Amino acid sequence: MENKIKKVDLIFEKVDHLAILDKSFKRTSDEIILDVIDSGLRGRGGAGFPTGLKWKFAKNEEADQKYAICNADEGEPGTFKDREILTQVPEKVLAGMALCGKAIGATEGYIYLRAEYNFLLPMLHEKMREFNQQMKERNFEFTVFVRSGSGAYVCGEETALMESMEGHRGEPRNKPPFPTQKGYLGKPTSINNVETLVFALMIGHLGPQTFKELGTFDSRGSKVFSISGDTPKAGIYELELGMSLEDFVNEFGDGDTKAVQVGGASGFCVARKHFKETLIGFEGIPTGGSMMLFNSSRSMFNILHDYLEFFEEESCGQCTPCRVGCQQLLKGIEAVKKGTKLPGYLNELQKLSDTMKIASKCGLGQSVGNPFNSIINNFREEIIY
Amino acid sequence: MTKIEAFVKEQADIHGRRRNSLMPILQAVVQSERFLSEEAMVAIATELDLSTADVYGTASFYTFLDTVPRGRNIIRVCKTITCHMKGKDEIIATIEDQLKIKCGETSSDGKFSLLQANCLGWCHKGPVMLVNDEIYPEITSEKAVEVVREYLKKTK
Repeated sequence: MENKIKKVDLIFEKVDHLAILDKSFKRTSDEIILDVIDSGLRGRGGAGFPTGLKWKFAKNEEADQKYAICNADEGEPGTFKDREILTQVPEKVLAGMALCGKAIGATEGYIYLRAEYNFLLPMLHEKMREFNQQMKERNFEFTVFVRSGSGAYVCGEETALMESMEGHRGEPRNKPPFPTQKGYLGKPTSINNVETLVFALMIGHLGPQTFKELGTFDSRGSKVFSISGDTPKAGIYELELGMSLEDFVNEFGDGDTKAVQVGGASGFCVARKHFKETLIGFEGIPTGGSMMLFNSSRSMFNILHDYLEFFEEESCGQCTPCRVGCQQLLKGIEAVKKGTKLPGYLNELQKLSDTMKIASKCGLGQSVGNPFNSIINNFREEIIY
Repeated sequence: MTKIEAFVKEQADIHGRRRNSLMPILQAVVQSERFLSEEAMVAIATELDLSTADVYGTASFYTFLDTVPRGRNIIRVCKTITCHMKGKDEIIATIEDQLKIKCGETSSDGKFSLLQANCLGWCHKGPVMLVNDEIYPEITSEKAVEVVREYLKKTK
């Protein structure tokens, strides 16, 4: 059988990051941004906003100070690729930040690292000092700093992250204004995922064409996947985007895969009967890289219960639909399981999760309905009995 | 000036006294003391010219900024989905048994707190636990006992 999964090596490939930067510094900001737009690169944290456009918006703002932030607050259950990228190729992340700085006109860069990865700090500080020195030697005004999180999932949301950096509770802000207009300390800010920054650097290295040739029209390039759960091959793999879930399961499944959670706890649960027609990419099911496989020994009630406990704890509590909604969804499925509520109550809960999608302030509350509805629709009987 | 006031002042000298200095200072106190006492929060508020309520309000938002007393070592066992599937309950039961405390409690000698945490980012190597800042992936009950013993020896 032909292997339909294509492995790629752009992220972890060792390159001379300083040579790439030297080449890029000779170009104008517009040239750099146009290349990133042309490549079709979209944010790799999960939301998938076109990176080149984000940079262009930030660049077009007039301000005395701008910031380039690297979002390393990887908290989505099932995702661990940013840790690996930061561990293996920290220089490429720093260089990606400098490239962003050059493109948008920022002279300061911040890495916001989740507290759970604090063991990386000594290494990162050392790399940062070295890198800052190298930038100074090149007369390129760009200084990187590292900031730590303190164990809050919601701080991966870009505006919550900036609130946290400013010394406040990590509560998401209203948008607009977007971070490219008013970000960290009210200044134009481009905030990009760890992996996105490395891809941007590699586009500067190889040109947009090499990247564009990979993937599909809506999902250009490759992506680092975090694969876990019931699989003999758990780990981190860079794969071309646009594969079908069936091909993915054939490669990574244990032969008894009944469902795959695509995109982490806030993503979608796809049941076996839909593997064939499900495409992994922005036109199908987008993912920040998390792929969790479940075999037929797993109870989908327990899985959904785990997710809801997670969201109920991690909701920042600022807006009512998310705060109360998460609690009620959790209590609701427990009540249906115990029989104190009739099975039809699940329909009410699904309406609630639809309301949360519309009424919640940020991506957390808006996406709880993804796992909730996809698990209830596919595995209703497992929730009831 | 008490010991904690001196420490807070020293940290403010390093990180500054602006609002965005607050998180690094809170983190430094937790790093050193394992939790934020009332005294520490009052000292920070005074040093940064903020209301104490504001300092507490910020700190209490974050799971890793504890405002209740914790042991010298904090064990956090990941409880999220894949670690759950791979047997985190057994690890917790083992450590509970070893330290004679329940999850969420601190041992009477003040050396350990045992907590659960949301996804620690090691799903391919679960179950996993974090002791202070050190990570222990693919932990078994035997290994967990070993690790706790090591920390017990190191902690006076």
